[in-house]
Amino acid sequence: MPETIDILNALALFANFVAIPALAYGSQLALGALGVTLIFGILRFAYFAHGDLMAFGTMLAVLTTWGLQGAGIGIAPLPTALLALPVAILGAVALSLAADRAVFRFYRARRAKPVIFVMASVGVMFLFNGLVRLIIGPNDQRFADGARFVFTARDFKEWSGLAEGVALRQSQALTVVVAALVVAALFWFLQRTRTGKAMRAYSDNEDLALLSGVDPDRVVRVTWIIAAALATIAGVLYGLDKSFKPFTYFQLLLPIFAAAIVGGIGQPIGAIVGGYLVAFSEITLTYAYRKFFAYLVPAWEPDGLLQILSTDYKFAVSFIILVVVLLVRPTGIFKGRVL
Amino acid sequence: MTGSYLIGDEMTGGYGGADILHGVTIAVDKGEIAVIVGPNGAGKSTAMKAMFGMLPLRAGQVRLGGRDITALTPQERVREGMAFVPQTNNVFASMTVEENLEMGAFIRDDDFSATMEQVFELFPVLREKRRQPAGELSGGQRQQVAVGRALMTRPSVLMLDEPTAGVSPIVMDELFDRIIEIARAGIAVLMVEQNARQALNIADRGYVLVQGRNRYTGTGAELLADPEVRRSFLGG
Amino acid sequence: MAGNGLGRGLAAFGAMAALLIAVGYAQSWSVSLAMLNLCLISAIMALGLNIQWGYAGLFNAGVMGFVALGGLAAVLVSEPFRPEAWRAGGAGLGAAAASALAAAALIAAIRRRMRPGLARGALTAILAMGGYALARHFFDPAVEAIEAIDPSSAGNIGGLGLPIILSWPVGGLFAAAAAWLVGKIALGLRSDYLAIATLGISEIIIAIIKNEDWLARGVKNVSGLSRPVPYELELQQSAWFVAKAQSWGLDPAEASGLAVKAMYAGLFAAVLLAILWLAERALRSPWGRMMRAIRDNEHAAAAMGKDVTARHLQVFVLGSAVIGMAGAMLTTLDGQFTPGTYNPLRYTFLIWVMVIVGGSGNNWGAVLGGFLIWFVWVQAEPAGLMLAETVGALLPEGSPLAQALSEGAPHMRMIFMGLILLLVLRFAPRGILPEKIRR
Repeated sequence: MPETIDILNALALFANFVAIPALAYGSQLALGALGVTLIFGILRFAYFAHGDLMAFGTMLAVLTTWGLQGAGIGIAPLPTALLALPVAILGAVALSLAADRAVFRFYRARRAKPVIFVMASVGVMFLFNGLVRLIIGPNDQRFADGARFVFTARDFKEWSGLAEGVALRQSQALTVVVAALVVAALFWFLQRTRTGKAMRAYSDNEDLALLSGVDPDRVVRVTWIIAAALATIAGVLYGLDKSFKPFTYFQLLLPIFAAAIVGGIGQPIGAIVGGYLVAFSEITLTYAYRKFFAYLVPAWEPDGLLQILSTDYKFAVSFIILVVVLLVRPTGIFKGRVL
Repeated sequence: MTGSYLIGDEMTGGYGGADILHGVTIAVDKGEIAVIVGPNGAGKSTAMKAMFGMLPLRAGQVRLGGRDITALTPQERVREGMAFVPQTNNVFASMTVEENLEMGAFIRDDDFSATMEQVFELFPVLREKRRQPAGELSGGQRQQVAVGRALMTRPSVLMLDEPTAGVSPIVMDELFDRIIEIARAGIAVLMVEQNARQALNIADRGYVLVQGRNRYTGTGAELLADPEVRRSFLGG
Repeated sequence: MAGNGLGRGLAAFGAMAALLIAVGYAQSWSVSLAMLNLCLISAIMALGLNIQWGYAGLFNAGVMGFVALGGLAAVLVSEPFRPEAWRAGGAGLGAAAASALAAAALIAAIRRRMRPGLARGALTAILAMGGYALARHFFDPAVEAIEAIDPSSAGNIGGLGLPIILSWPVGGLFAAAAAWLVGKIALGLRSDYLAIATLGISEIIIAIIKNEDWLARGVKNVSGLSRPVPYELELQQSAWFVAKAQSWGLDPAEASGLAVKAMYAGLFAAVLLAILWLAERALRSPWGRMMRAIRDNEHAAAAMGKDVTARHLQVFVLGSAVIGMAGAMLTTLDGQFTPGTYNPLRYTFLIWVMVIVGGSGNNWGAVLGGFLIWFVWVQAEPAGLMLAETVGALLPEGSPLAQALSEGAPHMRMIFMGLILLLVLRFAPRGILPEKIRR
């Protein structure tokens, strides 16, 4: 039998390497998936440019951060990127509205098939992608500054007396706090305000919403504004937590889609649950449990790392979740639409 | 009849291809119930949609209170006091009953709590279920939500497309009672009905359409008494 | 192509040929031939995608994965057989595959016999996990043993030691198998699901190829693949060839390079024409008419008793097989397999641009699109660089903007491709060679 202290050590290990990272990553995915699900609910297509929209917004934040750092403006111990966020959001919103006006509005007026919208979003993805690489290049950029930790592993060890430390990086804490605030604000908006209700009504029953006097252009505009803001926030938080690389953001498309579909496409609450579900699955399935079990089952000495999947296959986790949902319950957890 | 409050006068038109309506005339006055009946494919719903601006007219016009509204969109007609309850998908299934009613009042900038109170008085069960999503209600209750939503603009005309489709006879009688109540409050009610006999029973005016043309027109009682109408359309 | 369409087609292909010849004169014939070879392969990929999108309206966002599977086939077919690797890990790999298959068969049996519910779900999950653990138990040591053998030059299972040209149909088979799996899951739901599922599977295929070093060395790459055509050096040593080259007034070294490229072009063109012929025949057959009927009105076709999902699966598998074949050809041409270079913009979305620009639904259009867009893609980089230099020249010396422009020039072509796709989609949605409406 393991002793209490060993169980606590195992828990600390789990918190440090699984729970906290998954919570942060899940929040980032949830924000991204919220945008995808809103766009799907209102405009009724899978927006393939969302990852690159995230990259674009984040790029603006990175550039603004550098500018602010150069000018010696900061809000230490918080990262300067937070100060840059409003500028980045404005830019991403402007780009999204411009893309809608130049591309999607035309197909909306003709009531084109959803797959045509998807195709057009691929074209937009190319544009965003090229724009980001043209301006900032394809390489990794770091822009995090301010304090690195809320508490370090050493702080935790001294405080608790455990052998295993738990560290909470500032970017992780910030991610969770910001995501919670943003989600709360979004739900307040959707549930309580006139425009929010109009958006829900339009997503639920377009014809009846039009009959009720909802202005479709306005609903679409607000949707793009919210989606672009969410994408930028998600992207900046992800960049602070890890780093900013345009191609990584494109790749986030898969877990984001998986999160939106798992939760039930068109369902904001589903996007959040889906985001955490995908993040926790990804990290619990790619974590090496050898040390964890060494605490819990001291007598057992396994020869492997006890890792279910190599971290190289984290995207496979999103895909497996996607496949299981498609096979078992295509409407997702919260009964969204079948795409 | 040319002086009626709402008139679809000699309406001819269709969805792009061949005409579905051929000179159909439908009229209703405030406080009245007018019912459109006829066999399947007679153009009943199409005639009503034409009056609401959901079908382009090639000839004829629609007048509301003496004013030509043929060129107005459905949304503009809502602002002019017309309300329409579609046959299917007529509620916001994911939104609560109360939110459905709020959406009904979307174009109103004034305080609509009194109107909502009236709707709750008309359909008491809605007050009970006002925090429940409309999609979770029974078929009859959903129809009440749909009608209640339409009433939220305080319309002068209420148009109902087969309001009793798929509900039980008891619920149908209940719903017709409410519709009579609505008409007595001074609203012009126009409805398309599959249950012709019961609908004509409560109708001040009845229109029998066949193949996109007016076949018989009269008060509900006249049509019910007409042996030919009875034989052809009411099953004897 | 008939009537007006024929004239338009001939003009378009004539213009394309003129472009390639112009490159031959302006740059060099070697560059022109190299471009032609990639044009031919791109055309085959576009044909495969057109079978899916143009015939049936299926959105495959995972072209890259099928291309890479073809490349993998090239390695597994042509690399020399490595008995020592199989001795070290063959039994383990076999046992792992057997346990995975056994678990899958058990799960399938249970799902057939038991009624849906918690018990069935739990049993499925337990069996899946147990099967996975057992497979890993055999798999991990086998992989370790294989990768330990000669890691700097091999460390993988090698291949079958067969002529590389055989890998072309094998690549098609690999891609078809993967397509069948994805199609089984995602077809029958709305179109966007297939797009997302294929995007996912292609990322996973690339991840597997990159990370499973025992299979094809992963990112350590496999180079020096065998060839279906002679080596330049062999030609230069052939007295007959040298004499022939000199009689044409060519330097034998240069001539050998051209000859090798021309031979590749001949092989690729033969495959392209064969697939094009088959695709055209299929399109004109009752099967093709049915596919178009389904595409144009799925509900009506379903109401007439057509099994839409099964037909979609068929067409999806066929199209993917063509793409896989093209992937094997591409790796053959490169002479090396470099998993790190597969990227979705180049291998998935660029092929999309080819089909849309060429004319979706029209096989000749897809071929033309493959040629044209590859040409533009290759030429856009120097063009972008030239543009950047022109603008840069106007700016003051050492201006950061000028530097950013010349660094960013390669990315200009992303923007360029996006613009082409959007403009064609909007203003000429039927492409350069539109689909003929057959009655």
